[in-house]
Formats: sequence, structure tokens, C-alpha cells
Amino acid sequence: MAQDQLNSKIVVIGGSAGSLEALLDLLPALRVDLDIPIVIVMHRKTAPGSPLVDVLAIKSSLPVCEVEEKEPVKNGHIYIAPADYHLLFEADHTFSLDVSEKVNYSRPSIDVAFESAAEVYSDGLTGILLSGANADGTHGLKVIGELGGVTIAQDPDTAEISYMPEHAINNHVVHHIMNVQQLAVYINSL
Amino acid sequence: MEILITDKQLDEVLEDVFDVYGYDFKSYAKASMHRRINRLIAIDKFPSFTEFRYRIRTDKNYFHRFVEEITVNVTEMFRDPAFFTALRTEVLPAIATKPFIRIWHAGCSTGEEVYSTAILLKEANMLHKTLIYATDLNPDVVEKAKSGIFQLDRMKQYSENYIASGGKADFSSYYTAKYDRVIFNEELKKRMIFATHNLVSDGSFNEFQLILCRNVLIYFDKDLQQKVFDLFDKSLDSLGFLALGTKETLRFSPFIGRFRQLDKMKIWRKIS
Ligand SMILES: C[S@@+](CC[C@H](N)C(=O)[O-])C[C@H]1O[C@@H](n2cnc3c(N)ncnc32)[C@H](O)[C@@H]1O
Repeated sequence: MAQDQLNSKIVVIGGSAGSLEALLDLLPALRVDLDIPIVIVMHRKTAPGSPLVDVLAIKSSLPVCEVEEKEPVKNGHIYIAPADYHLLFEADHTFSLDVSEKVNYSRPSIDVAFESAAEVYSDGLTGILLSGANADGTHGLKVIGELGGVTIAQDPDTAEISYMPEHAINNHVVHHIMNVQQLAVYINSL
Repeated sequence: MEILITDKQLDEVLEDVFDVYGYDFKSYAKASMHRRINRLIAIDKFPSFTEFRYRIRTDKNYFHRFVEEITVNVTEMFRDPAFFTALRTEVLPAIATKPFIRIWHAGCSTGEEVYSTAILLKEANMLHKTLIYATDLNPDVVEKAKSGIFQLDRMKQYSENYIASGGKADFSSYYTAKYDRVIFNEELKKRMIFATHNLVSDGSFNEFQLILCRNVLIYFDKDLQQKVFDLFDKSLDSLGFLALGTKETLRFSPFIGRFRQLDKMKIWRKIS
């Protein structure tokens, strides 16, 4: 799938417990004219009308919205994966949703989104794994690396819950370890 | 490194499946197909894509497994309780005056949703004059749905969903538990008709006051979605209701002008 794709860039961020804090610091630090899509896959409660999108939108000067199925992945937008669906990427750069079995006790699963994004965006993809108490994301980062993308874990010393980024680091699937300020600088340079 | 099939290989398998077995998955959204097939190749330990492709072409039993595994059958009772609240308080009262009611669950999977609707109908005192048609392309899930037998250990969650949707009765009065299974009451089952029906290739077969098709269209590409909306439009009574999954929409369809959406819900009513 990767071969025939344009070389477009995208950042996919996976987070679990404790990652909201990191995002609330990261989003305001992103430049207003950022010209790539940012996609956030967060484990969360399935309560309808969950205020996650609103909470993040307040902190961001870029438009923040929950993913709708078959919607085009647009530059300069911040997308949030909806609760209770896996998030997938189509080769024509649109989103798909999927209600299949939970992966790592999670739906959305970060592994699922990372793997699907890697198949479509290959070396245009940066995968970032934030705070969490789950092993989700490690396998996805591995696939991103194998398909030519860049993998980053939040510095476990700065993460509310270090398990998730640490798990990825210990499995040798992480290219860079960064705190939130460094993440912002990195994304702003893309 | 695991095998990840290319777009071209995916097209080849889907062509084979269409040529040999007549099942048309070519207009399904590709990303989920990729993932399901990659996963199937891994769990069945195929050494190469070529061997996987050969097996599907030549082994009918394996083709059944293929259909079972690439379609996503995950479902639950009273999934999205707020949706069932809206069915209970807005949709059922609007069709209750009809002397006879037909409801269609398209893509019913193993039937959890169908039994949920039947319970609402019973509580609204409408079940005796309703027939619920429940269809899916996969004959195995249709058989399971028909049996009305579900895992006992799921009942706690379902009972919570039922209560969250506004259910006031004792949920366990709707089934009988035996070992690790439960069987739903004959009274509910009596009003259900199960059949295989493929939304891609089969046509309209009746007129309905309510069609539910939830979490099926997310697996179709936009053109196929339109085709299926057309089928639903043809199969709906003049003031009938169409219910979709929480993340699905009729919004981008040319039919939207003839439907009115219920407040904040993925339920549309035909207005002409
Ligand atoms: C995720 S389940 C949805 C179950 C239930 N409606 C719910 O929302 O919980 C999707 C179902 O759609 C069925 N399906 C997929 N393609 C179909 C087609 N072309 N025609 C009929 N059913 C189809 C699958 O077999 C599967 O059982």
C-alpha cells in the first residue's frame, strides 16, 4: 500500500492514563500555521458526549474535532478518535472506523491506529506514545519503525504514568525520547 | 516481520472470492479488510500470501472461515443505551397506532440487538402486532441469532445497559439461565424472522416502519453506502424511520432532503 502513496506527513499520538495533562501542555505550544494533520488516539470512558474534544479545543488554536467515518484527513486539523471504535486510515487519506474486538483491552487501540497509519503513510508518519498504564502502542511503534516512520516516546520521567512509554522503550521500538516541550519543537519543525 | 498485504493483493483476493463464490466484498472500505486479512494470515500461520490466496480459491470450508473472520460480528444488547431510550420514547410511540408493524434489522449479526428491540416492543405492548425481520450476509451468525442463546457472563453488562436505556423490568425475567448460557423467552422469538440477506446484492423484500442498520455501513465505501441507502429508501414506509450507528450518517446522501433527523440521534424519519 505504501509504495504508491504521496509522501505526505502526519503525526499520530497515542495516550492512556495521565496523557491528558501532556496534551493540555502540548497543544497550546503548536504553531498556528502547522500544515500537517495531528491525530489523537486516547483510551477513555465510553460515556456519550464526553467532553474530551471541548477540553482540548479550548487549549488549541488549530481546529479540534472528533473523527467522522470516511472523512478526509486534512492538514492543520487535530482529530480525536471517537470512543468505542478502532480508528483506521484509508489509502486515499480518509478515516475509517471499526467496532471489532478490543485490542489490549482497548477500543480505540493505539496499536491498531499506529499499524493502519503506518501502512498508508509509511515514512511520512511520526508515532508518539504518551503516558499510560497499558502496553498498547508498543507493537504499533514497531510497525511504524519497520515501515520507515519515526517513533517517539514521552520521557517516562515526565509522564504521569511511566509504564506505557517505558514499555515501548524497553522493547527497543523507540527512536527518540522527549519531554512535552521537545515534542512541541519537533512537531513544529515538520 | 508479519505479512502485510498490498492493495493489489487485496484486490486479487476479493476478485477471487467474487469469481469463485459470488460474494462481492469489492466495495468494502479497504482499511478494515487489510487489517482482517493480515490478522487471518497471521493466526492461520500462512507462510505466504500466495498460499493464503490458493487456499481460499480451492477450499470452500476455508472460504466460510474467511467470511466469518473478515466480517466484524461484535455486538451487544442495548449497545449505546441512549439510542434505545430514543427508540423507546420517540420512535415506538410514533408507529404504535399502526395495526400491523414490520421492523428490519439489517446486519443483525448474532442477534443481541434484535432481542433488545423485541424487549422494547413487549414493554410498549406492541410486540404481538409486530414482525421483526433480522438479516445478515453470514449464515453462521444468523443461526446463532435464531437460537436466542447467549453467554451468561455477558448478562450483567446487558442488564446495566438495559437499565441505562430506561428499562424498568427485571432484565433476568426475559431469559432462562442454564449452565453458562441463557436462552431468551419464546414469546420474544416468536415475533422474529431470520434470513440471510446480502445488502450488496439482494433487493428490497418488504415495506417497513423502522429499519435499523447499525455499525454495518462503516465497513462499506461511499458508493456502496449510497446503494444501500437507496435500498432502505425503497423499503421504508412513507413515514418510516431509519436508525444508523452512532458514527454513521445519512448527511452526505442525496436522500437527505426527504428525511428529517431526530434531535441529536442517528435516527431519521422519512417525510415524503
Ligand atoms: C458490527 S456488526 C453490527 C451488529 C449490530 N447491528 C450492532 O450494531 O451491534 C456488522 C454485521 O454486518 C454484517 N454485514 C457485513 N456486510 C454485510 C452485507 N453485505 N449484507 C448484510 N450484512 C452484512 C456482518 O456479517 C456483521 O454481522
